[in-house]
Amino acid sequence: MKKKEQNYIPFTEEMKKDYTVLVPNMLPMHFTLICKVFRNFGIRAELLTTQGQAIKDTGLKYTHNDTCYPAILVIGQFLDALQSGKYDPHKTALIMFQTGGGCRASNYINLIRKALEKAGYGYVPVISMSLSGLEHHPGFRMSVPMVRRLMYAVLYADLLMLLRNQCRPYEIHCGESEALAQKWTDRLAKEMDTGNRISYRKVKENYRKILQDFDRIPRAEIKKVRVGIVGEIFVKYSPLANNSLEEFLVKEGAEVTVPGLLDFCLYCVYNNLTDTKLLGRNKGVYPLYRIAYRFFLGKQQDLIDIIEEETEFDPPTSFEHTVSLVRGYIGIGAKMGEGWLLTAEMLELADKGIKNIVCTQPFGCLPNHICGKGMMRPIKEKNPDINIVAIDYDAGATAVNQENRLKLMLANSKD
Amino acid sequence: MQYSLGIDIGSTTVKTVLIGDGTVLYERYERHMSQVRTKTWELLEEMHPLLEGKKFAVALSGSAGLGLAEACGIPFVQEVFATGEVVKRKEPDATAVIELGGEDAKIIFFEGGTDERMNGSCAGGTGAFIDQMATLLNLEPDEMDRLSLSHTRIYPIASRCGVFAKTDIQPLLNQGAKKEDVAASIYQAVVNQTIAGLAQGRKIRGKVLFLGGPLYYCQGLRERFKETLKLSDEEAIFPDYGRYAVAMGAALYAEKTGSLTDMDTLLEQIKSKLSVSGSTNRLPPLFASREEYDAFHERHAKADVAKKAIEEYSGKAYLGIDCGSTTTKIVLLSEDREILYSYYSSNRGNPVEIVREQLTTVYWLCGDRIHIAGSAVTGYGEELIRHAFGVDLGVVETIAHYTAAKHFLPEVDFILDIGGQDIKCFRIRNGAIDSIMLNEACSSGCGSFIETFARSMGYEIDEFASKGLLSPAPVNLGSRCTVFMNSSVKQSQRDGATVEDISAGLSVSVVKNAIYKVIRAGSADELGEHIVVQGGTFYNDAVLRAFEQELGRTVIRPAIAGLMGAYGAALYSMRVKESTLLGAEALTQFTHTSSSAVCKGCTNHCHLTVNTFSEGKKFISGNQCQKGLGLKAQSDETPNLHAFKRSYLTELGEKAPADGATRGTVGLPLALGMYELLPLWHGIFTSLGFRVVLSGMSTKRTYEKGQFSIPSDTACYPAKLMHGHIEELVERGVDAIFYPCLSYNIDEKESDNYYNCPVVAYYSELLGGNMESLNAVRFLYPYLNINSRKELVRGLSRMFTEQLPDRKIGKGEIVRAVRRGFAEYEAYMNAVRAEGERALAWARANGKRIMILAGRPYHADAEIGHGIDKLAVSLGFAVVSEDSICQLTEHQPVRVLNQWTYHARLYRAARYASEHSDTELVQLVSFGCGVDAITTDEVRSILEKNGKFYTQIKIDEITNLGAVRIRLRSLVGALEQ
Repeated sequence: MKKKEQNYIPFTEEMKKDYTVLVPNMLPMHFTLICKVFRNFGIRAELLTTQGQAIKDTGLKYTHNDTCYPAILVIGQFLDALQSGKYDPHKTALIMFQTGGGCRASNYINLIRKALEKAGYGYVPVISMSLSGLEHHPGFRMSVPMVRRLMYAVLYADLLMLLRNQCRPYEIHCGESEALAQKWTDRLAKEMDTGNRISYRKVKENYRKILQDFDRIPRAEIKKVRVGIVGEIFVKYSPLANNSLEEFLVKEGAEVTVPGLLDFCLYCVYNNLTDTKLLGRNKGVYPLYRIAYRFFLGKQQDLIDIIEEETEFDPPTSFEHTVSLVRGYIGIGAKMGEGWLLTAEMLELADKGIKNIVCTQPFGCLPNHICGKGMMRPIKEKNPDINIVAIDYDAGATAVNQENRLKLMLANSKD
Repeated sequence: MQYSLGIDIGSTTVKTVLIGDGTVLYERYERHMSQVRTKTWELLEEMHPLLEGKKFAVALSGSAGLGLAEACGIPFVQEVFATGEVVKRKEPDATAVIELGGEDAKIIFFEGGTDERMNGSCAGGTGAFIDQMATLLNLEPDEMDRLSLSHTRIYPIASRCGVFAKTDIQPLLNQGAKKEDVAASIYQAVVNQTIAGLAQGRKIRGKVLFLGGPLYYCQGLRERFKETLKLSDEEAIFPDYGRYAVAMGAALYAEKTGSLTDMDTLLEQIKSKLSVSGSTNRLPPLFASREEYDAFHERHAKADVAKKAIEEYSGKAYLGIDCGSTTTKIVLLSEDREILYSYYSSNRGNPVEIVREQLTTVYWLCGDRIHIAGSAVTGYGEELIRHAFGVDLGVVETIAHYTAAKHFLPEVDFILDIGGQDIKCFRIRNGAIDSIMLNEACSSGCGSFIETFARSMGYEIDEFASKGLLSPAPVNLGSRCTVFMNSSVKQSQRDGATVEDISAGLSVSVVKNAIYKVIRAGSADELGEHIVVQGGTFYNDAVLRAFEQELGRTVIRPAIAGLMGAYGAALYSMRVKESTLLGAEALTQFTHTSSSAVCKGCTNHCHLTVNTFSEGKKFISGNQCQKGLGLKAQSDETPNLHAFKRSYLTELGEKAPADGATRGTVGLPLALGMYELLPLWHGIFTSLGFRVVLSGMSTKRTYEKGQFSIPSDTACYPAKLMHGHIEELVERGVDAIFYPCLSYNIDEKESDNYYNCPVVAYYSELLGGNMESLNAVRFLYPYLNINSRKELVRGLSRMFTEQLPDRKIGKGEIVRAVRRGFAEYEAYMNAVRAEGERALAWARANGKRIMILAGRPYHADAEIGHGIDKLAVSLGFAVVSEDSICQLTEHQPVRVLNQWTYHARLYRAARYASEHSDTELVQLVSFGCGVDAITTDEVRSILEKNGKFYTQIKIDEITNLGAVRIRLRSLVGALEQ
């Protein structure tokens, strides 16, 4: 490989002191906690919660319009914030997550920089956050304690999301589940805001308390249609991108299941193992990834065990089981974008008995041609009672078209 | 009696059905002209006497019904579901339903569990599409239907996207194809779209019901469906209730809801929601006050041009004709450049006849006083008109427009022309055209789009446009392609937008599309100081105003905005010494007939249109190369790297099987990544004693063969062709087919990483899951590492052990085979590079320009590239590919993550073009290629930074080269300036 050119402005130790770092909003609960973790490590992170048409319009104005929708939104949200006057652009940095895979999403960072330049903010540093260390930013280092905390943030938020989704459709007092999830997010954020090391025992205690709290929410004994959401990671989670898909489905009387973010993290780690096993690549770091994989896996298993011990709630599927489901459908070497995980998540839902699935993707998403739309036929063939609808999201796509297709899916819904 | 009322509000029509005790008592079908709620209310009002004082159940359905149902709290049922319920009850033995609506297409399968499908967000082949095409042909829909029944041939028309289809149809019309044939071809495109896009490999057979408005009205469409699906009269059912199926389903659903209402309540409910303040997002008005409009109007009135009454003039005159895609424009100039005569009209699908009429009028007006001393023609129909009437000069559109604009505003530095079909923009620096941008498939919202919309809402364009000026709150419709805009309009209608708001919103969309998608500008400063806007669309004051508003800058719109091409052509013709234009006498004898033929010059089998004029003069179009004209290919010795690659790879495939081919046959599909790695795999399999069978070069037929198993209609054309290649190999009876999954391509030590794009890398996974025919062979698609011979051997050996254990292939053999494979691969890559270098040397020795026709290795494919390489050769270029010359220059630093092997070459090739004044780069981009959204901007910036032109050509299944020709000729024209 050629030596990388450094054609970006690094985020320096100096900047760390007084720069505000803006974080795009993909998953409200997760990213609230993630921002807290950043603050622990001295980075003045701020989560962007802006909404509205202006974001799309700004994004379209400064990016190639054929670029994926998530890039347009992230860029739009950043520029919208910089132009709002709320921040001093000379004291602001941006952060973006980068997986470094073969999908064009790895280029988001560069597209953000180009857009910044075009809009006259070429001096604003953009931090690349990735496990594979694509770029070097002295003011932002991923240390082991930080990764650990981030992991807790993800685990907590996955749990809260899961419980809220399972309670909300059945709650007797409208809004109670959401309020409880919010209450816990705040509480956990405060708890994580200490410099002290977080003990894992305490985390597990929190799991139990959270579970008990949610279990106390009075719920109606009614049957609701269960609908799963899978797809490209940004569009799947972000209400800004998917026209508040979860809200819509809940309003239509469905119980929504969205696989957690930890799955995606595990998937990224697991792909490195596969690269070695299948292609003989990067043998040197294999043991390290293996340790990381085992570690994360263990944490997921603990969470599953506690949910099962404490309550009747439906726990997440163990990652190892998820991996085993794709055999006969798609190779685990297909690792660009959401890759085989997307197929696996559809199968995981089916495996849980959730037969109604919305597969979301940005219009023209390359990996999803294969792992999403391309796998629907074999999945339907082997699971005839499954009911999948593919929905494309795009700056120009309209909610009425999407809702009409969702309504069709719901009209055909299966138990 | 038990009454139930079903109301189906679609994108274009309202349908009501009243059922009493199981029988239909009353039904109505009306276009709502976008007045959704008012129309519904009217239709119900008419039914009032019928249901006076009675209780009944009611339900709504349809895409535009959703909003009303929500607003009024009336039960709603999804339309496909409603259809399914009706059919299950009325035709229990039906196996499938095909329903086409205004903007949606649906298929329901009943065999083996009900499967209901709707078109995705990108789909054109529906009722609205048929209406748009009829407008394009200047026919009423029923006329088009009648004509289609007497067709004699079907032209291939891109079926996936309405916009592409238009691009195909327009040139056909301009070349004189018969309307009968075009009409039938349009229906065929709709059929293909429905089958390919919705059935996706599932066979449509048995008793099939055809429902929805278009299938109820269009006999021609029915015929196409029956023929394509090979259905007998008994199997294809077109029920009388075809238009009402959804409304009936809604009525059935209403029965089940159990709640009853009465007419007064229902009417009251709807009436209260007739005018809703829109919740969709709105834009500021175009004009805040009448005064503002007056000032605007006054300012633009100044940009006029000198005219002279033709009756008062005598002497020399110059004729300019602009035969555009939808309109024909004619200008006659005096020697002092005063306009003597002008004409602007829709070309009604027959430009030749219009020009003949006009020429006759002009001669009559000229009498003996005026002598036409020169003539020039520009536009899509340039060649045809030039041949028909002996016009002196043909001039590329861009040059014609610049000539005109310069005359108007000598310091002009930016021209934006929005015509019926095209948006053309060019920057001018130092008196020469500096960069040219044309709209592409997904950025196509132009004049004809507004016009078609106006008509579909029941207005003439002028009236529609002036309505928009007064809108207090234009709707924000976005700026994606016209299909998306249709649904945006639908959404705004749902939220109660008025015609005024929609008209203004459309104007803003057209403008935004031009600025942000075609020009890709971030601010007004990127355009220029002195901007001239022109083209028929700018007669629309709403568009003009929206443009000035968006830029925050005033611009010049000449009073002859729509005539600028013809005006420029007339000015251009002043250089003519002696005119060859058909004289008044000869014109009276003028005849024109057109017929069609298939070229037998090569395997490409171009569909030709042969125009015959008076005295047997002929003009042939539709050809991709010179052979179709009965000529020999012009310059056989001009190097063409794309042709070189094609023949190298085909010859490799044709090499006689080695005697030792004892282990059976392996099919290699010549598509996607196989294009470059063929020598590697060929070497490996041949060495192992397999006979390699190569699928042939792609043709349109290849695509058609495989189109029914494509699951994602927005994938790129090169990927879609893969399905046809597989079918072909299966037909040839190979034992196995091989297309490996390669996350990584060869590391050429050039980029940050060396991935393949996701489609090239994993397309086999999709093929394996979606192509039934692959069950008949062994499909080998292992994950391999081609950057390490050891790993490649390990991967192949695992594949053979697991998949072909009976062949007993030893590791030692594989090691040798891999060695041979790489030798063949190296030989190929070296040959390509050597040929590239030879081409450069040849061009320089012969004083020819060089074109780097850059893209991916598979863009050399004859079908994917649509013969653009041959076109470039015929325009005087030596053609090289990006991979044949990128070794000749240094590494090019880029601002993006340079992580794909193929794409890294593009940046280097751009650098090479930047370093050489005789070399131009034209980038081929496959429609739907997400990766190229990144590379195109980067390649463009490398070239433009170095003062070079950037030309991008988006390619898909489109079969017509008209637009490409204009673009390349513009490039040549600009270079020559």
